[in-house]
Amino acid sequence: MSFPTPWRTSARLTRRLLAIKQPYRCLSCSLRLAREEARQDAKTTHFGFESVPAAEKQSRVGAVFSSVASSYDTMNDLMSLYTHRLWKDHFVRSLNPGIHTSLFPSPNQPTSQTILDIAGGTGDIAFRLLSHATTVNNDHSSRVIVSDINPAMLAEGKKRSLQTEWASSERLSWVEANAEDLHMIDSNSIDLYTVAFGIRNFTDKMAALREAYRVLKPGGVFACLEFSKVHNPILNGAYKRWSFGAIPLIGQLVAGDRESYQYLVESIERFPSQREFAGMVEEAGFLLPGGMEEEGGWEDLMGGIAAVHRGIKPTEG
Amino acid sequence: MAHTLASTRLFNLPASFRFTCVNLARTFSVLNRPPPHYAGHVPLNVFERGAVAAGSAIMSLLNPRRGDLIAALGETTATPYFIYRLRDVMLSSPTGRRILRDRPRITSQTMSVTKLRAMAENTVGRAYVDWLDREGVSPDTRDSVKYIDDEECAYVMQRYRESHDFYHALTGLPVFVEGEVALKAFEFANTLLPMTGLSIFAVTRMKPAERSRFWRTYLPWALSNGLKSKEVINVYWEEQLERDIDDLRAELGLERPPDLRERRKAMKEQRKAAKEKREKMGGLMAD
Repeated sequence: MSFPTPWRTSARLTRRLLAIKQPYRCLSCSLRLAREEARQDAKTTHFGFESVPAAEKQSRVGAVFSSVASSYDTMNDLMSLYTHRLWKDHFVRSLNPGIHTSLFPSPNQPTSQTILDIAGGTGDIAFRLLSHATTVNNDHSSRVIVSDINPAMLAEGKKRSLQTEWASSERLSWVEANAEDLHMIDSNSIDLYTVAFGIRNFTDKMAALREAYRVLKPGGVFACLEFSKVHNPILNGAYKRWSFGAIPLIGQLVAGDRESYQYLVESIERFPSQREFAGMVEEAGFLLPGGMEEEGGWEDLMGGIAAVHRGIKPTEG
Repeated sequence: MAHTLASTRLFNLPASFRFTCVNLARTFSVLNRPPPHYAGHVPLNVFERGAVAAGSAIMSLLNPRRGDLIAALGETTATPYFIYRLRDVMLSSPTGRRILRDRPRITSQTMSVTKLRAMAENTVGRAYVDWLDREGVSPDTRDSVKYIDDEECAYVMQRYRESHDFYHALTGLPVFVEGEVALKAFEFANTLLPMTGLSIFAVTRMKPAERSRFWRTYLPWALSNGLKSKEVINVYWEEQLERDIDDLRAELGLERPPDLRERRKAMKEQRKAAKEKREKMGGLMAD
């Protein structure tokens, strides 16, 4: 096979460029195009790597989580190779929920905390919070409200709670709510607001952060555990290949649903970096412990695979 | 000179083999997948395909109810050579070519069960709906093909998957594991898809009586009929619905196997009668 000379190649290319046909537009095409332009004006957001109208994202995410609810825990274990348990344990321990009653309590000391766990459907964080408060801080009255937008996840959580001691106690309650609209929760009523691996699925993260600011008491703590950007390039290469190769595969084999897990890894990819998200937390009004300058506004776990963002609602005066 | 001789030899090989060599050479990173060739297409590289094949083989053996894994196994093992061979089989027959041109789909929308029930006795359509009712299943929408790169071959796989219930009706084999394995053996002899051959490993899950029935009767029937009959992938089912089913069987060169449900019922009744006799004799002895 002989290779064409440079002259023949460029001549062929030039001929192609000059031979531009007149665009043909049929009658129905004009109407269709006009309709498509109108649709594109609607606000769009990202659903993994797809771009969808903002109104549609909630139902698409809902479908994902209804599908993964029953195999959620098994899949979490397999996808993270059991490390998600370490992350969640560290997250809860570092928050130290519960009031540690000292031998000489002062009269004004609060006796119990109200903790709100957002997107906490299956109860992973809620059970850890209650367990830490009860066993470590000897606090038997702090309570946790678990909120999730998806009823299938809540049902799964209620089922799992039957195996704990808090199944029918007042310390654990379940609310179906959208984190962007917590009208059923009074302002300034929550001591600790936690969201673990949920915020990347929200359509409007700033709205959720502002709602968090509203429901928290002054001095209350906002804590978010979420996947984030890995700094080390070698670890990042391996992590990305695991995410995009192995995770949808495990989803197909174990849960029978490749698409949902493809969405999950894409949504991790699209989530803002640690610095950007810390900026958003600050913009909502929270104070960042450690401050942004020395990269203290967040805590990286396992090289940045997950990150804990904490913020405190300032007290008046 | 050497390379032209090799390329001539390559061009003399059948089309399916040529395609295999080209496809094996292509590999890509999971971070940089090529664009899909059709709606629902998920391009996999060689390692992913191997992992899906191995994983779904093991998981579907542990849980044969996971139809989606059997489908994934079929798609990932069909790709070098076998699905191209099946597509060429379709292209070699006039009816097969028409099916590939028309691309009909068998779903619960396109196959109206009420219309089929109204058909005359012993027609293909009636036998199909009788089988569906007897087994308590519906022409439910099968999973769409995802892992086959060539669009036409993806359709061939989809057509095979959707015709599977018609093969059940044609042979009369029931829907539980024993009948399915016998039908898979027949399909292996007829279509040569690797997944059908691998499904025969499900004999390890069968009870000893079922297994001996399989080795003695159903496997020989499956292999001999699968090999001697015409290619069932080329049957245009939508056109054959009103036809007499024995006529179709004769045309394909296919014999029905012994009715598996009747056999099992007869064996069960035989065992029950033997047990009652034993108990009666035992009662007599006690006196």
